[in-house]
Parts: sequence; structure tokens; C-alpha cells
Amino acid sequence: MSEKNRVEVRAPMSGIFYRKPSPEEPAYVEVGDTVKKKQVLALLESMKIFQKVKSPVSGTVVEILAENEQALADEDLMLIIEEE
Amino acid sequence: MFKKILVANRGEIAVRVIRACKELGIPTVAVYSEGDAESLHKKLADESVCIGPAQSAKSYLVIDNIINAAQQTGADAIHPGYGYLSENSEFARTCEQNDLVFIGPSAQTIDDSGDKINAKRLMRAAGVPLIPSSEGGVNTVEDAISVACEIGFPVMIKASGGGGGRGIRICEDEASLREEFPVARSEARIACGNDEVFVEKCIVKPRHIEFQILADQHGNTIHLGERECSVQRRFQKLIEEAPSTALTPQLRTEMGRAAVAAAEAVNYCNAGTVEFLLDQDKNFYFIEINSRIQVEHPVTEMVTGLDLIKEQIRIAAGGALDYTYEDLPTRGWAIECRINAENPDFNFMPSPGTLTTFHAPSGFGVRMDTHLYQGYALPIYYDSMIAKLITFGPTREAAIQTMRRALDELDVSPLKTTKSLHREIMDDDEFIRGKIHTGYILKFVPEEEDDDED
Repeated sequence: MSEKNRVEVRAPMSGIFYRKPSPEEPAYVEVGDTVKKKQVLALLESMKIFQKVKSPVSGTVVEILAENEQALADEDLMLIIEEE
Repeated sequence: MFKKILVANRGEIAVRVIRACKELGIPTVAVYSEGDAESLHKKLADESVCIGPAQSAKSYLVIDNIINAAQQTGADAIHPGYGYLSENSEFARTCEQNDLVFIGPSAQTIDDSGDKINAKRLMRAAGVPLIPSSEGGVNTVEDAISVACEIGFPVMIKASGGGGGRGIRICEDEASLREEFPVARSEARIACGNDEVFVEKCIVKPRHIEFQILADQHGNTIHLGERECSVQRRFQKLIEEAPSTALTPQLRTEMGRAAVAAAEAVNYCNAGTVEFLLDQDKNFYFIEINSRIQVEHPVTEMVTGLDLIKEQIRIAAGGALDYTYEDLPTRGWAIECRINAENPDFNFMPSPGTLTTFHAPSGFGVRMDTHLYQGYALPIYYDSMIAKLITFGPTREAAIQTMRRALDELDVSPLKTTKSLHREIMDDDEFIRGKIHTGYILKFVPEEEDDDED
């Protein structure tokens, strides 16, 4: 079995990180969740515009480094996905 | 006149209002969030009060904090700008209860204009043309067909419960209406839990034409001519101009009269805008009333010579409108490009950052309304519109020529902005010939496909 590839998901712009679609709803993903490529992992808000953070690969969420409603800088690490 | 005006906003509009107050000799109070401590509106105002954390919901939208700031500084009037609390009737009412003059329409007018169903009822009674539609929901496909035949194809089937674009189906003829009707109902049920739909005339390639209106406390209501705002992306206006290439003097008179009637129907006072769609056969239909000063007000100022912010203040202080549109020395053509910190080459991704360079275009026929300055760090918390570039010329062609030159001069490095898109549009043959409609922008910006797998 080949070594699993850890894929970093970084902020494409500075903005506020949201783990949930809205405050009342559950988080998009939790550590341990299996995700498909292009699945929405979180939201990033900058200047009143929301961008969906999508998974670059199919795999498993192994780390969520950014906190809900945390202000991130461009290129900050948000999540790590272990590729299938 | 007022002793002191508090400006309940930020960004370019707060700067715009503070400048008008300075010219009138009225002291100003800026309110700012912790994220706006270095903002231009705060620097320009005579006094400033911090009203909370960077997030707008905890600062610029907190009514009590703003009222407290006004009381603490002895302001006797509040200008709300646009957005934020400008169309919040509770805010207007709270100002009144605290003996503060809200520079805008009454709370009742804000409510009447904001409730779409109620506004339509008032407009119908006032004889303002509305988009033909079924009266309420239609339950069977036969009913839908009979409505469609009466108002004429193409028609749209829309969910009565809204649904954010879901459930909207465009039907060219009876056959497609038969096919789409059940689908629209299913979509409506899924989107908003209610399968009621209604039928509305589909306006093909409409223009967005709006009329600026002013109304005083003495019963005078006038219009100040039109603005055309057909260049828009996702219902956000990008380019506005005054006048419009689509209007004849006769149509202007007719639409102006309808705009005044619409304003009177909601007992409008102060500055407002009546929005219409204009179809290809030059029929116009009421959309809504915006009960505030609008972003694009400068193009009207350029062609009429009026300072609309000063007129708002004068009217709120009890001043009378002693002129009409016909009395004004209206001339020339004005165009406004909204400069947004968004990258048009990368799906309009926001582009906050610190301005290492700031060069504002200037020279004959150029006006730039902005809160930017060199070294300013653009916060991530607020709107991406960072400047309004307005050019004026004796003709539309001249205004376009000046806009090309002005856009070329604008430098807000390293921010990515909509400047390049505007520059492209200014060279576009259809734009130059005035052949625009609300879907025009798709020529430059294809509607991206939603590839979500959630």
C-alpha cells in the first residue's frame, strides 16, 4: 500500500472562515469525514462575498486548522485532506 | 438648519456626505468600527465615535450604538447613506423618538416601499404600470394558459413563495407552458415548501431605467430625469449613465410622471428612486422604490448641476422645492463605473489588501468618489466597492472618451479591480451604440456553472 498523500487546503484570499452554512446549521465537515472532490468544506467571506471552499481531492478530512469565524490571511492553512 | 449631523455609514458615501456638510458649514460626527480606525470618513469628520467591533452586525447595524453616539456628541440629525440602516424603518422611528431628524423618508414610507406586495397594490391604485401577471397563484395548467394568452408570450412561471430563482421557468409558447408548468410546481415545492406558482410576462432583454425623485415636506414632488443602469452582473449595477439612449423627450415625460405618481403613492419625502424595466417596444413597468440616496446619484448630479446630498439635508430641515426638472440647466452626458476590489479574471474573487500606490484620475470632466488613500489597508469586512469613477462630457461619446482615459490613469496597486472589465466595455461596439440590456454583461462574463457536489 502506497503512503497516503496529505493535501493542504489553503485560503485563496484573506477572509473570514466559516465552518457552517449558517449559525444554526451543522458544520460542512468534521475531522474523519469522507469527502468527494469539489465537495464544499467551508465558506470564506471577504468584502461581503462568500466563496465556497471546495475539496481539491477525494479523501478524508484529517485536520481542521482554522476556527469558525476566524479571520484568515491569504494562503493560511485551513484544512488537511488525506487523499484516497 | 441642523447644528451637527452624524453620518451613520462608512466608505465613500460617508466621505461624500461629510464633504457636503463641510461645504454647508455643518459640523459632522463620524461613527466607525474598530476595523475602520484608519478610515477616511473618520479622518475627515470633525468628531468621531467608535461604535463597536469590525463586523457590521456589531457596529454599523446596531441602532442603539448609533443613537447613543448622536446623543453623546449633540448631533441633531442623522444621514444614513445607502445600505446599512438607510432603509430600516425601525431606525428611522428610533431617530424620531429620540428627537433626531432622520435625513430620509418617514418610517411609514420605508415600510410601504419595502413591502413588495403592498407597494404593487399602491402602485396599481396610483395608475403606475406594473409587469402584467396573474392575480395571485394559478392552480392548473389551463388557468396558466389562459393568463398567458391574455398577457402575451413569452411568460415566466415563478414560485409565489420566492425561492431565490428556483422554480422560475420561461415559456415561449403554449406547448412549452404545458411542459414546464408541472416542473415549475415541483421545483417550487422543493425550494420553498409551497407549490403555488404565478404567471408573469417575461420582459425580453429589458433595460433598467430609474428616475431620481425629490419630495419636500410641503407637498412638492419632482423628478430629476432618468439613469440607465442596464450594465449589471448578478443584479449588482456596474455602470450607470444619465441620460439614457433609450428615452425620447416624450417617454421621459411619461416615465417621469409615473415616477412622481409612484412617490406620491407612498407619501414620499426626501430623495428616492423609482426603478422601472423598459422593454424593447418602449413599454415601461414599475419594479420598486428605493427609499434612500443611491450609489449612482452622481450621474444625475453631473447632468442637472444639483448636489443631491445637500438637497437631502435642505429638505430634511424643512426647505421647499421651488423648481422642477424643466427649470434645471440639464446638459451633457455622465457615466459612472463602479470600481470593485474584485478580480474579473478570476470569478470576481475579492481582493482586499494595502494600497502601495494610489493614483486617482483627474482633469476636465472627471470625478472620483472614493475613501481610498495611499497606504490604506482595505478591510475584509466591508463592501468591495472602493471607488466610483464618473466622467462627464457634452455628449455620450465624449463621456466615454474621457472614461477610457480616466480608467487608464487609475492605479490602485496591488489590488485587483473591475477596472479592466470597464475598460473593455468602453471599447465595445454595442456599448458605444447604446445597445445594452440587463443581460449585456454575459457577453464578457459567462455565467459560471455551479459544479458543487454537495
